[in-house]
Amino acid sequence: MNEMRSPDLSLVEAQSETPEAYVKVKDLEVRFVSREATVKAVNGVSFELKKGEVLCVIGESGSGKSVMMRSLLQLHAKKRTRMTGEMRVGEHDIMKVTEKRMSELRGSTISMIFQEPMTALDPLYTIGDQIAETVMRHERVDRDAGWKRALELLELVRVPSPERRLKAYPHELSGGLRQRAMIAVALSCRPSLLLADEPTTALDASVQIQVLVLLRKLQREMGMSMIFVTHDLGVAAQIADKVAVMYAGRIIEYGNARDVLMHPEHPYTRAMLSSTIKDQDRSAPLDTIAGTPPDLRALPDGCSFAPRCKYAGPECLAAMPPEVTDGRNHMARCVRVSAVRGLLAFEPGLAAANVPA
Amino acid sequence: MWMYALRRLVLTIPILLGVTIICFALVQIAPGDPITSLVRPDTPPEQIAALRAYYGLDQPVVFQYLMWLWRVLGGNFGTSIANNAPVASEVMRAFANTIVIALISVLFAFVVSLVLGTIAAIRQGGIVDRLVTALAVFGISVPTFWLAVVLVIIFAVNLNWLPATGMGASGSDSFNYFVWDDFKFAIMPIVALALPPLAIMTRITRASLSEILNQDFIQTLRAKGLGGFQIITHAIRNIMPAAIAMLGLQLGYLIGGSVLVETVFTWPGTGALLNKAILTRDIPLLQGTILVLAGAFVLINLVVDLAQSLVDPRIKRS
Ligand SMILES: Nc1ncnc2c1ncn2[C@@H]1O[C@H](COP(=O)(O)OP(=O)(O)OP(=O)(O)O)[C@@H](O)[C@H]1O
Ligand code: SF4
Ligand SMILES: [Mg+2]
Repeated sequence: MNEMRSPDLSLVEAQSETPEAYVKVKDLEVRFVSREATVKAVNGVSFELKKGEVLCVIGESGSGKSVMMRSLLQLHAKKRTRMTGEMRVGEHDIMKVTEKRMSELRGSTISMIFQEPMTALDPLYTIGDQIAETVMRHERVDRDAGWKRALELLELVRVPSPERRLKAYPHELSGGLRQRAMIAVALSCRPSLLLADEPTTALDASVQIQVLVLLRKLQREMGMSMIFVTHDLGVAAQIADKVAVMYAGRIIEYGNARDVLMHPEHPYTRAMLSSTIKDQDRSAPLDTIAGTPPDLRALPDGCSFAPRCKYAGPECLAAMPPEVTDGRNHMARCVRVSAVRGLLAFEPGLAAANVPA
Repeated sequence: MWMYALRRLVLTIPILLGVTIICFALVQIAPGDPITSLVRPDTPPEQIAALRAYYGLDQPVVFQYLMWLWRVLGGNFGTSIANNAPVASEVMRAFANTIVIALISVLFAFVVSLVLGTIAAIRQGGIVDRLVTALAVFGISVPTFWLAVVLVIIFAVNLNWLPATGMGASGSDSFNYFVWDDFKFAIMPIVALALPPLAIMTRITRASLSEILNQDFIQTLRAKGLGGFQIITHAIRNIMPAAIAMLGLQLGYLIGGSVLVETVFTWPGTGALLNKAILTRDIPLLQGTILVLAGAFVLINLVVDLAQSLVDPRIKRS
């Protein structure tokens, strides 16, 4: 396993001297067009991520987290999707690469772990085949070498009795083992960016933590950048360097994990955090804020959160609130947030008083 | 795997027994007396009684069944009432004729349907897709005997390319499918038989493949960087359990339902034989034919089950 780690570790060290962003997303917009409607799933997302950093993306169901992740791999059906903006991963311009080049990047430079380990693996292929297949595709090795690597990978992700598990089919494994196998597939070609879309949500609580700890450890050891989508603020607090809060396809608050989670400024982030803290259950779903998320087929002008925001006023509806960023790179998109003495600050203003109790 | 095969094999024994009982009973409850239809109307009653005793028709039903079953197990299906020939050899010869063209038809339909269905599923709304829809409507709505007659008119009467009926000069016994002069007799029956399964299987292939292509694991395969061809390979392997089931079903349908096609082409298969047995009330012949067909059905199902468990690892455990 050591020969797998060492080159990546050296990369991390080299990177730490050049704080150049490794992943760069700017003004990303994704729309799904069909005859009936156009779904505006992602509406101008920008962020940067350095080598070895972990970005946690949190937000309600339907806020566009998965769509944003799939965009980074160009996984959307070309015909029905309109994408604009910029996406760069390392030296690769994801918006411009050819499909052939993209398929070479998928699973090698950038790989992805999905939420449902039950359905994300092909039921008719052994675990070994599904790992080896990826290695064979990207490293042009034969089947024996692929299986040898698959065995090493299962050891790496701490699957007990890996020889036996290689020959097992997905239905013969527990959810936790299946997700470990999925992680093995994703790590098989030493990616430098790992996209994890709620990788622990479908697992039992105790298994969740094990998988999370494993993922965090491997991410550090291999020096990967990671974008981790979760509903779980507790998870975010444990593993994130940066946190992005998404609402209606936009990042409405972004910053260092500590800043966003300890000093949230956007009313949505605040409501979300207080609802989970009051419940004393950090893994409770975020959908505990009154009201429903907006219809992405017909987004109104102005702040998308306004219909549910208790501080909303007419000025919120005039136009999309601009991004306000402080000296610590903490950003929020809300008319009542401003940067005061290098720190973001929220001013309830008059509107709060006008809200009937 | 072997345990599963063995268990599955043992399970067919009661089914086969049930088949024999039903076969036997069907004929018992059918109206009409075989002896009176066989002899001249002015035959004296003593002679009829003697014939009845000769064929064992005067014994209790259960006894008749057991006697019959015992003989059947020994490969003796009795003698045909109409022509005194052994039923077993007549049925087997006819069955060979039927099963060969049914197998050729269904395998042909299977391969073509996989290709067409796959292209239609990948390029939905494309030209092949529309062709497949048209073919499906045509194949399902057109009666086979009509198609058979049209084929005869076009290829035998008008174009004179293929012989209209029968198995040719060499006849059933020396018929060789690998010799063109013999095989050309089989072409039209095969085509007529293949069309409905082709239509149905193409549609099922298209439907199940597009369902599979929408499943989560396909996205995983794309995210792993696999190419289109590799992904389709995964998807096709995933429809194989369903495709094999469909193949077995269509084969069973063809060997049982080929009466009309065999009649139009005077193809001497089990369909034609059934027809003859019913018209002449030839009970041993009827029983023998139904029994062989039903046995073939059970066997096809067994093979389908085993083949499915070979392609789908989830089946063995349950
Ligand atoms: N292929 C698609 N075609 C049309 N609409 C889509 C497509 N994929 C996603 N959407 C829509 O885009 C919106 C965002 O979906 P997305 O899956 O990104 O949400 P999410 O934030 O990941 O939610 P969850 O937490 O439930 O996973 C949803 O309204 C969804 O219905
Ligand atoms: S802009 Fe207005 S509506 Fe939107 S979050 Fe801020 S206060 Fe609430
Ligand atoms: Mg999602």
